[in-house]
Amino acid sequence: MAKFDLNDDGVVVIVGSGAGGGTLGNELAQKGVNVVILEAGPRTEIQDFVNNEWESFTQLAWTDMRTTSGSWRVAKDFANLPAWIVKSVGGSTVHWAGASLRFDEHEFRTKSTYGNLPGANLLDWPVTLSEMQPWYVKAEDKMGVTRTNNIPGLPGNNNFKVMEAGARKLGYKEVHTGRMAINSEPRDGRGSCQQIGFCFQGCKSGAKWSTLYTEIPKGEATGNLEVRPGCMALKIEHDANGKVTAVIYADEVGKTQRQKARIVAVAGNSIESPRLLLNSASNMYSDGLANSSGQVGRNYMRHMTGSVYAAFEKSVHMYRGTTMAGIIRDEARHDPSRGFLGGYEMETLSLGLPFMAAFLNPGAWGRPFTSAMEQYPRMAGMWLVGEDMPQETNRITLDPTAKDKFGIPVASVHYDDHPNDVAMRNHAYRQGAAVYEAIGATVTYPTTPYPSTHNMGTNRMSAKPRDGVVNKFGQSHDIKNLFVSDGSQFTSGAACNPTLTIVALAIRQADHIAGAMQRKDI
Amino acid sequence: MREVDRRSQYSRRIFLQGAATAVPVVAAVGAVAIEDAWAADATALAPATLKTMVKVARDIYPHDFLVDSYYITAVRPWDGKAAADPAVKAMLEDGVRRLDQDAKDRHKLNYVQVPWEADRVALLQGIEQTSFFKTLRGDLVVSLYNQEALWPKFGYEGSSAEHGGYIKRGFNDIDWLPKV
Repeated sequence: MAKFDLNDDGVVVIVGSGAGGGTLGNELAQKGVNVVILEAGPRTEIQDFVNNEWESFTQLAWTDMRTTSGSWRVAKDFANLPAWIVKSVGGSTVHWAGASLRFDEHEFRTKSTYGNLPGANLLDWPVTLSEMQPWYVKAEDKMGVTRTNNIPGLPGNNNFKVMEAGARKLGYKEVHTGRMAINSEPRDGRGSCQQIGFCFQGCKSGAKWSTLYTEIPKGEATGNLEVRPGCMALKIEHDANGKVTAVIYADEVGKTQRQKARIVAVAGNSIESPRLLLNSASNMYSDGLANSSGQVGRNYMRHMTGSVYAAFEKSVHMYRGTTMAGIIRDEARHDPSRGFLGGYEMETLSLGLPFMAAFLNPGAWGRPFTSAMEQYPRMAGMWLVGEDMPQETNRITLDPTAKDKFGIPVASVHYDDHPNDVAMRNHAYRQGAAVYEAIGATVTYPTTPYPSTHNMGTNRMSAKPRDGVVNKFGQSHDIKNLFVSDGSQFTSGAACNPTLTIVALAIRQADHIAGAMQRKDI
Repeated sequence: MREVDRRSQYSRRIFLQGAATAVPVVAAVGAVAIEDAWAADATALAPATLKTMVKVARDIYPHDFLVDSYYITAVRPWDGKAAADPAVKAMLEDGVRRLDQDAKDRHKLNYVQVPWEADRVALLQGIEQTSFFKTLRGDLVVSLYNQEALWPKFGYEGSSAEHGGYIKRGFNDIDWLPKV
């Protein structure tokens, strides 16, 4: 395993080891580039994972202080937990569900397709679907996505069978067990899914793709990648010419270190990435790094989400088996006749009993709540996930008072639903309930959005420097050796889960960075 | 289908008949005895305070198939927290005192003596915005539902990896869906 000197100014330093950072690190290492990944969390391996929701949450979740504001209900119910994401090597690929869908063509061109929508900061991506297709192909192959590369779909569990039956009855056509980065048969040195459930708590069989046990060990095996767990990036430094030169971080024992760098790539998820850029403000860059557009931290997207659970007369046991291997795609299309722009997916979802108690209706108590809880074994559940509108005022800022244990201002997350988001959610609640009622649900529970798992848009891509933070390769418009490599690059959020697109962009970005380094452009 | 809670194999009528004579009664008697002992062992809070908190816990999350021991397990740690932090102790004692006062004003009884749940719930609604209620409820939603011992009663099986997952244990055993 490689070990690089703090004064080695030839390395690429990547902040974060998730879908973006972990993939970029391996791809660069495979090309012979020396890489240091700084990961804020510990290295928690497969054998450490626990099939227990709260215990796992304590083990994996990012619970460092954050603050919230805005009209979203999360700000009231979970004021210091705006997002449910992971602080551990592998980042949120440790707890993601595995859903791996490509954007539709129009979802790269929201300004052109949706036009002017008051309150929405719509913008076309500087890349198109056709430009991304070959990178999606590489990402699907890397991750072993079912229903691609001749990989069979996963078998449907009870929760899927209920959703499928209701969907067919309702006339939905595109209903299957999803395109999942979970092995349905052994592949890439990993076994097939054992239907354990607990996909969100870290996959105990390793059937689900995570950078923790795919990209990262592969990169390390080249001798070109060093991962430093427990290392929290605090600030990115630059020289008199404006180029970034080093990352200041707190190491495992809290000691401040300076890792020199030829290139810095930020991949700390859409809350921490803009926080790091903003906290790196200097005399030259008084509004933070890469922020001449003023867009760093803005256009925070979290997807239109919600869930529908339904109770039946007889047992379902929705928690048995793969959590999200089930999808209805018919509503993912853009069809303004429904009363909103963009579309949404319906995906199977289950929570264990402890999380159901916490998230079914936060704050609720008394008989209506306990009556619902007692339906647990007879419940089926789905997650609703759709495109939310980018809004300039939905943003990550530095909290004016709250600081972390290193004395650095924490991220404050502001979010208000756009009227389009509300209209879409109401439609999705109706359709979700209809799916279950079609096959005899006795009661349905339209469930409020959870803390965000999909965080996007806060360092958006743009063709023109004045409109966004990074270009089509995730390279910042202002500083050519500073890159953004996570979902914060997203110009818009699309209906589908973001990970496949993050991975595809990271593979493409690695190609760009390696080429630029070889040509001595950077 | 493989069921989890065996009670669902029987009709409610048969279950209730059985319960009148068999093991559940013994278990219930045992639970009552435990209840008396645990409250007397309290170090920081008065036994009456803790017993009121257990009643409040049941009224917040009433599950009639759960004996008191689950609510006691959920509430008991507050005694230790009260011992460690005088502010917590004061918050709990003041909260219970206020609740008892409200109960006396309305029913001339202490909270635990108010006979109907609906009347006690009305009293809880009166203190819903207090930190006593919010803190107790916010803790309880974890300390009650995170007890592994009660999961089977809700048809939840908990950890599965050590059993090889559900691939051979009923992940797709649903047998009642209509043919579409």
